[in-house]
Amino acid sequence: MKPVIRLHSRTAVLVDENIDTDRIIPARFLTTTERNGLGKLCFHDWRYQPDGSDNPAFPLNQPQARGCAILVAGRNFGCGSSREHAPWALLDYGIHAVLCSEIADIFRNNALKNGLLAIMVSEAEHRWLLEHPGIELSIDVRDEYIALPDGGRIAFQLEPFARHCLLNGVDQLGYLLQHADAITTYEKSLEKAA
Amino acid sequence: MTAKTLFEKIWETHVVAAETEATPAILYVDLHLVHEVTSPQAFSELRERGLKLRRPDRMLATLDHSTPTLPAAANGERPYANDEAKAQVAQLETNCREFGIELHGWDSADRGIVHVIGPELGATQPGMTIVCGDSHTSTHGAFGALAFGIGTTEVGHVMATQCLLQRKAKTLAIHVDGKLPDGVGAKDLILHIIGSIGVDGGTGHVIEYRGAAIEALSMDERMTVCNMSIEAGARAGLIAPDDVTFDWLKGRPHAPSGAAWDEAVMHWRALRTDDGAGFDREVRINAAEVKPTVTYGTHPGMAIAMDAPVPAARNVQERRALDYMRSEAGKPMQGTPVDVVFVGSCTNSRLSDLREAASVLNGRHVASGVRMLVVPGSEAVRRDAEREGLHHVFTNAGAEWRVPGCSMCIAMNGDLAQPGQLVVSTSNRNFEGRQGKGARTVLASPATAAASAIAGRIADPREYLTQEQAA
Ligand code: SF4
Repeated sequence: MKPVIRLHSRTAVLVDENIDTDRIIPARFLTTTERNGLGKLCFHDWRYQPDGSDNPAFPLNQPQARGCAILVAGRNFGCGSSREHAPWALLDYGIHAVLCSEIADIFRNNALKNGLLAIMVSEAEHRWLLEHPGIELSIDVRDEYIALPDGGRIAFQLEPFARHCLLNGVDQLGYLLQHADAITTYEKSLEKAA
Repeated sequence: MTAKTLFEKIWETHVVAAETEATPAILYVDLHLVHEVTSPQAFSELRERGLKLRRPDRMLATLDHSTPTLPAAANGERPYANDEAKAQVAQLETNCREFGIELHGWDSADRGIVHVIGPELGATQPGMTIVCGDSHTSTHGAFGALAFGIGTTEVGHVMATQCLLQRKAKTLAIHVDGKLPDGVGAKDLILHIIGSIGVDGGTGHVIEYRGAAIEALSMDERMTVCNMSIEAGARAGLIAPDDVTFDWLKGRPHAPSGAAWDEAVMHWRALRTDDGAGFDREVRINAAEVKPTVTYGTHPGMAIAMDAPVPAARNVQERRALDYMRSEAGKPMQGTPVDVVFVGSCTNSRLSDLREAASVLNGRHVASGVRMLVVPGSEAVRRDAEREGLHHVFTNAGAEWRVPGCSMCIAMNGDLAQPGQLVVSTSNRNFEGRQGKGARTVLASPATAAASAIAGRIADPREYLTQEQAA
């Protein structure tokens, strides 16, 4: 994984609460055996009209939302399934951070493992961000704050290990593999107990 | 000795390396369940890195999500929704062969939905840690196992190391006191619970369901309750194992036998929350208040008794949800015209669910214009149901009796509803488009699904059960 240290972008806003993984990528596209190229399917049934053209009512289709890498979404974003296709699709679509007052557990975990910054902010800050679409933000992963255009800051906290992995591009599987001896010892203790 | 919760007991016996401020715990996984949708990219990664599976003997695989539920043609061709689905299934077959994993594929007498066959085979056991690239892994918590869904990256972690990096979750006790009224079941109860605590009511927590009403549930019903823990946002759901659990597991192929069985049961009996152990949060539910419950919106927290008025929208999203569902505030869901009825999914596709639906359908007919699909959760369920003649009850009533799989729960195998159609479904998610683009899903129990199929409208199953008793 490439290190993720800083992210600078305007925000796009989806005010809806409980945006579930089926909305992020509908289940019928999960027959893929690849993880790349899913961006065109991201928010598929919301984003396109039945004839395949862009749905003008989908907020991310608005000209001012194009190219925004930071998504501010209504609370409980990413609820539903464990499909990692959801963060894969968002990243490929160009979303590199999701800001929300509450993010579903499995989605958040999957997102951070793929370098997608799933960041929880307080409810008041969340409300403010929802009400101010299109502002320029700068997310600092090292010092855990979001810089606002007026010089203000929103502090956040990532799980320390996830942050360490983001900053250093640490491969978590590699980290686990380093513990092979401890795992073997544990397995031996199981055999003894049996 | 400090008093511990059931969750803490399971957690502590699986820690390979303890959690620190800087690093999560390394948690050992006893059983890793695999299906075709969330595994291919993990196998590819393993290959790219030249890694082997650490413990293929702790893995169990099945085909369920992308598989057709219509039987194969005479030439053996299966009616896959598309070539991609077919290729995905073939890829899992190849992966399992190459890596030496027990696969319950097309030729297995035990194939079925991953969360139905794990318990059926006795692979799911109390005190275990169980993971799968699937959020409804929470189902296995019904046996007092710590079971949760993981993403594909983590599927790769478990394949290569049999371990996961995990922070300890918080605990939430849901006490269900009293007794469920007649004609009201586990599905009504869990919908009622999610309706009460909300779709994010369990976020960051492992739920332990406790109390007299929980202890009174059968294993099938306990699985229905734990299955939908994820719909309340919880990491996992747990029910302490007891004699109901042990009786159910005894003699199953992967369960211990002989002296090992006795020893296992002795050990399992200790898997209870100690008196005086604290939970981070506690909620109380009165079982006597639960009625036949359905959803009226586009997430499982939008659930109410079917005869209660649909609440007015409190914000834009709820407005949108009501519009999508064409649910009217102030009117009950009962009586809403139905197009499709689906009985199946890892929530409600076990034998007792099929019996429940059949007992309502018996001797009656599905309303004209309504399509009803009954999809058993596994080949074993299918065999048992056919032995009892349940398939005749369904087909005589005009319902379709299908081959096991996820089917219309996720609608990625070609079984789906048309835009605008209203589906009364025994599955677990009523998200927009979950059962087909534009399809409207109402979650319900098997009894409610069957009653609604007969009436052609959302109907209270108790009406049919009373008629039965009167007859
Ligand atoms: S039946 Fe539905 S919820 Fe269960 S595993 Fe299959 S798709 Fe997932």
